[in-house]
Amino acid sequence: MSQQRLPVAKTYKLFVGGAFPRSESGRTYPVRGPGGEFLANVARASRKDARDAVVAARKAFRGWAGTTAYNRGQVVYRIAEMLEGRRAQFVDLLVTGDGADPAAAGAAVDAAVDRIVHFAGWTDKLAAVWGSANPVAGPYFSFSVPEPTGVVAALAPPDDALLGLVSVVAPIIASGNTVVVLAAPDHPLPAIALAEVLATSDLPGGVVNILTGDPAEIAPHLAAHGDVDALDLTGAGAELRADLERAAAGTVKRVHVPTGSDWTAPPGTARLRAFLEVKTVWHPTGAVSLTGGGGY
Amino acid sequence: MDTARPQGGAAALAEPGAGPDATTPALPAGTAGTAGGLQQRPAPSPGLRTDAELSDATRDDSSLRRFLRGLPGIDPVGLEQRAAGLATRSIKKNSKLQAIDLAISMVDLTTLEGADTPGKVRSLAAKARRPDPAQPGVPSVAAVCVYPDLVAVAAEQLAGSGVGVASVATAFPSGRAALAVKLADVRSAVDAGATEIDMVIDRGAFLAGRFGEVFDQIVAVRQACAGRRLKVILETGELGTYDNVRRAAWLALLAGGDFVKTSTGKVSPAATLPVTQVLLQAVADWHARTGEYRAVKPAGGIRTTKDAVRHLVAVNEVAGPAWLDPYLFRFGASSLLNDLLLQRRTQREGHYSGPDYVTVD
Amino acid sequence: MTAIAPHPTPGSALEWDYAPAPESAAIGRIRDRYRMYLDGDFVDGQGDDLTSVNPATEEPLATVSTASAADVDRAVTAARRAYEGPWSAMPAAERGKYLFRIARGIAERARELAVVETLDNGKPIKESRDVDVPTASAHFFYHAGWADKLAHAGLGPAPRPLGVVGQVIPWNFPLLMAAWKIAPALAAGNTVVLKPAETTPLTALVLAEILADAGLPDGVVNILPGAGDVGQALVRHPGIDKVAFTGSTEVGRQIQSALAGTGRALTLELGGKAANIVFDDAPLDQAVEGIVNGIFFNQGHVCCAGSRLLVQESVADEVLDKLRLRISTLRLGDPMDKNTDVGAVNSAEQLQRITELSATGDLEGAQRWTSPCPLPDRGYFFPPTVFSGVTQSMRIARDEIFGPVLSVLTFRTPDEAVAKANNTPYGLSAGVWTEKGSRILGMASALRAGVVWANTFNRFDPTAAFGGYRESGFGREGGRAGLAAYLRSDEGAQA
Repeated sequence: MSQQRLPVAKTYKLFVGGAFPRSESGRTYPVRGPGGEFLANVARASRKDARDAVVAARKAFRGWAGTTAYNRGQVVYRIAEMLEGRRAQFVDLLVTGDGADPAAAGAAVDAAVDRIVHFAGWTDKLAAVWGSANPVAGPYFSFSVPEPTGVVAALAPPDDALLGLVSVVAPIIASGNTVVVLAAPDHPLPAIALAEVLATSDLPGGVVNILTGDPAEIAPHLAAHGDVDALDLTGAGAELRADLERAAAGTVKRVHVPTGSDWTAPPGTARLRAFLEVKTVWHPTGAVSLTGGGGY
Repeated sequence: MDTARPQGGAAALAEPGAGPDATTPALPAGTAGTAGGLQQRPAPSPGLRTDAELSDATRDDSSLRRFLRGLPGIDPVGLEQRAAGLATRSIKKNSKLQAIDLAISMVDLTTLEGADTPGKVRSLAAKARRPDPAQPGVPSVAAVCVYPDLVAVAAEQLAGSGVGVASVATAFPSGRAALAVKLADVRSAVDAGATEIDMVIDRGAFLAGRFGEVFDQIVAVRQACAGRRLKVILETGELGTYDNVRRAAWLALLAGGDFVKTSTGKVSPAATLPVTQVLLQAVADWHARTGEYRAVKPAGGIRTTKDAVRHLVAVNEVAGPAWLDPYLFRFGASSLLNDLLLQRRTQREGHYSGPDYVTVD
Repeated sequence: MTAIAPHPTPGSALEWDYAPAPESAAIGRIRDRYRMYLDGDFVDGQGDDLTSVNPATEEPLATVSTASAADVDRAVTAARRAYEGPWSAMPAAERGKYLFRIARGIAERARELAVVETLDNGKPIKESRDVDVPTASAHFFYHAGWADKLAHAGLGPAPRPLGVVGQVIPWNFPLLMAAWKIAPALAAGNTVVLKPAETTPLTALVLAEILADAGLPDGVVNILPGAGDVGQALVRHPGIDKVAFTGSTEVGRQIQSALAGTGRALTLELGGKAANIVFDDAPLDQAVEGIVNGIFFNQGHVCCAGSRLLVQESVADEVLDKLRLRISTLRLGDPMDKNTDVGAVNSAEQLQRITELSATGDLEGAQRWTSPCPLPDRGYFFPPTVFSGVTQSMRIARDEIFGPVLSVLTFRTPDEAVAKANNTPYGLSAGVWTEKGSRILGMASALRAGVVWANTFNRFDPTAAFGGYRESGFGREGGRAGLAAYLRSDEGAQA
């Protein structure tokens, strides 16, 4: 009798600062498939894990925001390349984890790849589309440029484990922010698999940090955290949403509350704009001679 | 020689300070300012350049260049904005009357035409002594300013009046002549009785970066002045930038010029409020560093009482009230005086006056 | 040996004091009583009358009728009716023409508005005349042109207005803030209920007359004076689609918290503690002007005031010497005098706050220098004040004083300057003074602030976006970016 090989199961961990740590709390929770079958034990992140993720995101922010838009575009595009290469793995995860039929799962993975490609192409357009040279009424050159807000804490949508997650994360990082994202609690496996994609792409550690666990437990700490600049409440239910918005008011965070949830629709620009600041710079101009005023 | 502060009307407004040391010996001609002069520069006079950095600045050509280029830059927009802000001061009633009389006492009444004659200078001198004979209490002007060949006429007319005799010199207005010619020009004016000399700097040398040469020439002219107060005309309109105006002003101050003066009146732009402000800031900074008071003279283009009052506001607020003194501030002007007199009448009489109520000279 | 005559010292110069040059108060045509503007009519509100005081004399200026919660409700209803009625039905170009009319109306009554503003607020007449009123008119003129060009706002081809907007504005630029708020809201097609500040309601009500004279349809703009309770009722009113607030960070937090979970749009323009950074290669004389303008403009009642001077240690003494000399020339006194540079603090309450916060500077060991200018016998005045030897940990380096008080800190390197400048929860504005181009641009990018002035300070223009980072608020006012605060993007089902 031939002996069947026992597959090696994966230990699903968090993704923080480019590394894959366990939860400092040592806690896990079981994830089950659509039929209730056991799939894996997943790390259940704690408040301290959230804190560590914010530290990692903050540390990565300056470098990521300061990299050229062209370079940032290439890095984001590289994520799409790596995801495309693991298409089969993600299809499998969506089928076993979400019970999706294989064709729909394939379409979702393809859409996720395409979404990343879409936002990769935005990095070097933002300044041209939302920046401006301001024709002020005086001898000054004034220009406005969009800049990333900083560290964004995001709640991934609970129902679309890959495309929803990618649609939330891609615009945040394309515009130069770093993110701490809470994966869909019931479907965390694609999120951790995505972390493996990110880890093997060129994305600097800490730009994207992925936590698994209970959003209701972790999100309030992120919403109140003084070093988090913005919240993306896509995955927050109505009640949690109001609480988180209230907590965010303590440090005047920018809060994005989406109005729709059709991830197959064209992405638009609201998510890109949500975490951009506009900075206006002024400098005197014109007077190069003693005759004063105006330019040449 | 009479190098003392202008007397007469000006004295009514401000007490004269101590005059220069009358025992200062006149210098032998041609002892300074020769080629390589910076290397053999004499030690600074007592009281002058006490600041170590300042004495170091004139040690040689390269230190001078380093010092002048190291002066803080000027942002033109900010400068012009301050000037425009000061120009919005509303000077009314008694403060306006005070300003008018002060401005009259600060005028260097000037004629610098090829067509100047002794007759023209005589009538100007008469006007300088008594600008508005029909009005009591009008101060006399600070000085009459003429070409060297007419200094004798002016000096004769103004003897004992307290009104100074200023002479342009050094191949005015272009300054394009050999140093020996410039010095001879100065000496002829001094010999004819000039009490103040208005020299021009060599703008060509300045713009070519030969700061040491400009410095040496000013030192040489100052020696040739033999104690007469020296006004150094920068001809700001040819210097191109406010940064250059500031550098030239400091160069003149380092070389011992008593006045920094904007312009010959032959080049446009001449005295503008921002340029005057740069000079006022320079003498204020000089005072802060050395304790010495140096003077400023805008010249050319100041024609109206409004312009003059705006300049006085700048004097008051940029340099400080100490400079509200004909010893430290002058207007180089010809037509300004009549407008001041007209406005003076308007203020005193309570109705607008007309041009025929003041004399045309 | 050359012996040149030393330069003698002059005698005492003329004592020249500028005679008072007061603007005529009669030009303001101040009335005894002002009423609120609701649904196209000037009506008495149900709130208690308030008395607006001239802060320069402490004398009552006028009584003003205020709104009650019921009046807020009526105003929101009127604004809703106007929004769903004439205002939305109107072609965009026609809407723009109303704004052009309003711009002209302000310009035509500019001198009157300047006088009213100065009497009510205490700011120098030269500032209300040369800054507040002309810039208010410019804001309407600029936004007027946007009304029929919103497809180019960067929000997709057909962005839509939000609906009824509730706006609450502060007392530091009463008319100008009203213009900043109303003009973009109307250009984008919204209708407005605006509450001016309790201590400075008058120019907003004169503006209401201009709106009425322009023929603006009833209810498109409603102006309800009152205290904080009226503001609270307004921003919490369920009939409001969007709230725009300018004021303190504390109140901003409360509003953001109150709106949590409601789905209503919000923009906040809050406090600041701007660093004004002077490098050793700066144009020092203009830097001194910029420092003075940065902190003493409008008595320092400016959210973007350059209240923290960061000066490179190698030029600190020189800059401070020049600064004190320059500040000594500032003329403090009657705001109506055309030569007054520093006017009255807006209220007794604010004066007390400034006094108390400055006192912490003494307690914490900073060195206080006060301008020697004489203070008037009455009115709320605070002399220009400079604290040197300030460290980051002192309250005067961290708290917004909102008065003519400058805190001076030093730094050694650009990195240290950036670190100290950004070391605040605020992020509204910053200043940089250096003649080195690459450093200007490097600093401009490193500073976490919504506006960076390089070799200038406190410049405002309707074409240039203004607004904060971090706890200085979110959303922009002015420029194309400012339109986003009053429009809903037409795109993105997943937005």
